[in-house]
Amino acid sequence: MAKEPKHNQEPETTGHEWDGLKEYNNPLPRWWVWVFYLTIIWGIWYTIAYPAWPGIKNATAGYMGWSTRANVAEAIAEAEAANAGINEKLASVELTAIQTDPELQGYATSAGAAVFRTWCAQCHGAGAAGAKGYPNLQDDAWLWGGTMEDIHYTVTHGIRNEDDPDARYSEMPAFGEILEGEQIAQVANYVMRLSGQTPQDAAAADAGEEVFLDNCAACHMDDGTGDKFQGAPNLSDAIWLYGGDYDTIVQTVTYSRYGVMPPWSERLSEAEIRAVATYVHQLGGGE
Amino acid sequence: MAILDKHTILEKNVTLLAILSLLVVTIGGIVQIAPLFWLENTIEDVEGMRPYTPLELAGREIYLREGCYVCHSQMIRPMRDEVERYGHYSLAAESQYDHPFQWGSKRTGPDLARVGGRYSDEWHVDHFRNPQSVVPESVMPKYGHLENTPIDGKYIGDLMATNAFVGVPYTDEMIENAQADFAVQTDPFGDFDGLIERYGEKVNVRNFDGQEGISEADALIAYMQMLGTLVDFSTFTPVASR
Repeated sequence: MAKEPKHNQEPETTGHEWDGLKEYNNPLPRWWVWVFYLTIIWGIWYTIAYPAWPGIKNATAGYMGWSTRANVAEAIAEAEAANAGINEKLASVELTAIQTDPELQGYATSAGAAVFRTWCAQCHGAGAAGAKGYPNLQDDAWLWGGTMEDIHYTVTHGIRNEDDPDARYSEMPAFGEILEGEQIAQVANYVMRLSGQTPQDAAAADAGEEVFLDNCAACHMDDGTGDKFQGAPNLSDAIWLYGGDYDTIVQTVTYSRYGVMPPWSERLSEAEIRAVATYVHQLGGGE
Repeated sequence: MAILDKHTILEKNVTLLAILSLLVVTIGGIVQIAPLFWLENTIEDVEGMRPYTPLELAGREIYLREGCYVCHSQMIRPMRDEVERYGHYSLAAESQYDHPFQWGSKRTGPDLARVGGRYSDEWHVDHFRNPQSVVPESVMPKYGHLENTPIDGKYIGDLMATNAFVGVPYTDEMIENAQADFAVQTDPFGDFDGLIERYGEKVNVRNFDGQEGISEADALIAYMQMLGTLVDFSTFTPVASR
């Protein structure tokens, strides 16, 4: 490093010269030099404190014992411990008792809303209003039942999936292979009338009643009000999962529908399932 | 200082400077990269990992072609918020058969590392056709053309052989049966015993897009539905020192 220049003396130069221009060789500021030395010391400490130097099979672990996996496990354990008491209570009480206990009810609804937005909103919508083929959970029409027990069972095991042997199951036949085209047209007209719409062809709707009673009533009931034990929708109301216009009904009858819901018992804890069941139940249509 | 004066030799000889620069960069590279091939915590062996089936591999190619990685990552970081939203954090071993890996660095859409089994096949069909029909707030483009584009897996055996060349454990038997395995994975009424025998019990055999024939949507949904499902985390014990 260059020496301090004396006041009455020209400072030392680097000795380089470009077209008569010279470069002074003044020392770096003291504070800068000391910060530089400190960063070197800090760097050495850092590689000792944290995992750093690679060996053949392992790297040095660092005396601080830092580990990403341990950190995330700790953060999760901390959050779980904070809610452990109320989660345990939520998972162990009678399902119907959750809503009568204000503390549990409040907790389950908030926690359930978070679970819903993470795991359920992609199909049922962020506001639970559903989409074509994915039921609206805001109304009081339920395919498989809207009591706490029913919702809890549906969330736990899902519907028509291959992963859970206890999943809710039923299968509508594709009537395109069973009925004649004319019969399908008749029954579609009849179903339109059942749901309070004006059928396209009133005569066909009259003829459709017999087709309905022979083929559809076993699941959808004689009056078309459906059967929650088989997930058979109520056809006598104005609520449609796939659409209630003539063409859509013909398509549904011809090719059938097969809505699937995954089971959540492996991804969610019992407390989370109960929380989301409580949330869905209180949305408006819980039975 | 004498040693600093010698530095002028380097500064005045560009060839020597280039050679010695290369040497320095090489040493730095070796120190950073080479240990990764031997360090036990970077080559963790995890039970359940298997190479992609031919159909899934084709789906992965479509994922690359469509640039899905531009908006979707496949890497759940070890943080509480990510683990709660997406599931168990990703392990290095889970992308060991990916060439190239799909970790990504940008999330316009959600992470897909554990999307497998999370939604029904029908949801995927609806969602590819028109994402906004199920997720109104989504900005994802429509991919309806996938279900209308048939594929036959004609070259999938070659692709598997290439993957085998870079270290994916595809056996000769797997490569020979590539096209048959490719077709039968979409046919739940077909003879898929060979496919199960070669790739394991967990392989999904379904008509993924719900239509006749094999479309690109079949392949992509088959790939989606297996992502992150291979390792059984109920039996996996993480080594804490990582």
